[in-house]
Amino acid sequence: MKTIHLILWGAVAVGLILFLWLNIFQDASHLIEDGTSQNTATTFTPTFSLTDHQGNVVTEKTYRGKWLLVFFGFTNCPDICPTTLADLASVMEQLGADAKAIKPLFISVDPDRDQMETMAQYVSAFHPAIVGLTGTGSQITETAESFKAYFEKQPQESAPDGYIMGHTSAVYLISPDGAFIRTYSYGMSPEEIVADLEQKL
Amino acid sequence: MSKALPSLLLAFFFLASAFPALAESTRVGNLVIETPWARASIGMSRPAAAYVTIRNEGQTADILTGIETTVSAMPEVHRMEIKDGVSTMGPVGPLEIPANGSVTLAPGGLHVMLMKLQQPLTKGGQFSMTLIFKNAGRVDVSVPIYSVGASGPEQ
Ligand SMILES: [Cu+2]
Repeated sequence: MKTIHLILWGAVAVGLILFLWLNIFQDASHLIEDGTSQNTATTFTPTFSLTDHQGNVVTEKTYRGKWLLVFFGFTNCPDICPTTLADLASVMEQLGADAKAIKPLFISVDPDRDQMETMAQYVSAFHPAIVGLTGTGSQITETAESFKAYFEKQPQESAPDGYIMGHTSAVYLISPDGAFIRTYSYGMSPEEIVADLEQKL
Repeated sequence: MSKALPSLLLAFFFLASAFPALAESTRVGNLVIETPWARASIGMSRPAAAYVTIRNEGQTADILTGIETTVSAMPEVHRMEIKDGVSTMGPVGPLEIPANGSVTLAPGGLHVMLMKLQQPLTKGGQFSMTLIFKNAGRVDVSVPIYSVGASGPEQ
C-alpha cells in the first residue's frame, strides 16, 4: 500500500513538472511567434527588387541611410491596410523634422491587381512620404521570403475577383544599414511607435 | 423650477445640435443603432468599409441578417482576424446581437464590407444604409463619411 502511494505521488510530481515546463515553454515560443519581442535574437538583411509607385526600379540599397517602416498589404483590403497606413502617416506627422530619417514602404502582396497606378492612387491618399512598391509575382514572393513575411491568396466566393490576400500584419523596422531591427505588431498606437523610433534615431 | 425648464430644454437642444455624434442613434424595437460611420473610398474599384455599434436593450437576442445600401451592390459583414501574425478576413454571415448586449463594428474587428461600390465615398458626405434584423425588422441609418485614414467616428 505504501509503495502504491509513493508511485502515485511520484506520478503527480512528474506531471506537475511536465505541466510547468510545457507552460513555460509554450509561453516562450508564443513570444517568438508574436514577433513583438524587441530582443529578436536573429538579425537579417532583407533584399528586394521592385518597382515603386512612380515607376522607378528600386532595391533595398535604394533606401540605405534611412530607417524603413515596411508593411505588406493589398489595396483591396478595406480594414487593416487603411488603418496601418493611416497609423504610419500619423507616425510621420508626429515625428516632425525627424521624419526625414524615415521611409515608410507599402509592399503589395497582390501584384495582379496592384499595378503602379493603383499603388500611386492608394498611397498618396494617406501620406506623401509613403512609397508603394509592387512587382511581378516572383519578385513579391522573393521579397516576402527575405523579410520572413507571409502572404497567401485565399479563395473567397463573395470577395472581389473571388479571392482575398492573407498577409503578415506587423510593420517591420529596418535600420539605415539594412538590418531587420524589430516588428511593430498590429494594434500598437502611432504614439508607441514614435516613442520607440525616437529612442533609436 | 418651472421657469428654468424652457431654458434647460433650450440648452439641451443646443448641446445636442452641437454634438451631432451624440444625437446619431436610431432606435428600432429593442435595438439602438449608434454612431455609424465610414471611411472615404479611394475611387470606386476597391471595397470600402463602414462601422456601427448595435445595442440590444431587449431580453431576447436579435440577428442582423442583411444590409442594403445604394452605394454598394454587395454589402456584407466581415471579420478581420489576426492569427499567428497573419491577417485575413471573411464574411461572418448572420450576426447575433445578444440580449442586453451590444456588438461594435470597428477597425481591426468587424466591418461592413462595401463591395461593388456604385459611387465613390467622399469625405464630408454621407449615405443611407439599411440594416435588416430578424426580429426588429429594417432600419435606415445615415452614415457620415470621414477621411480615408479615420480610425473612429470622432474624426
Ligand atoms: Cu472585408
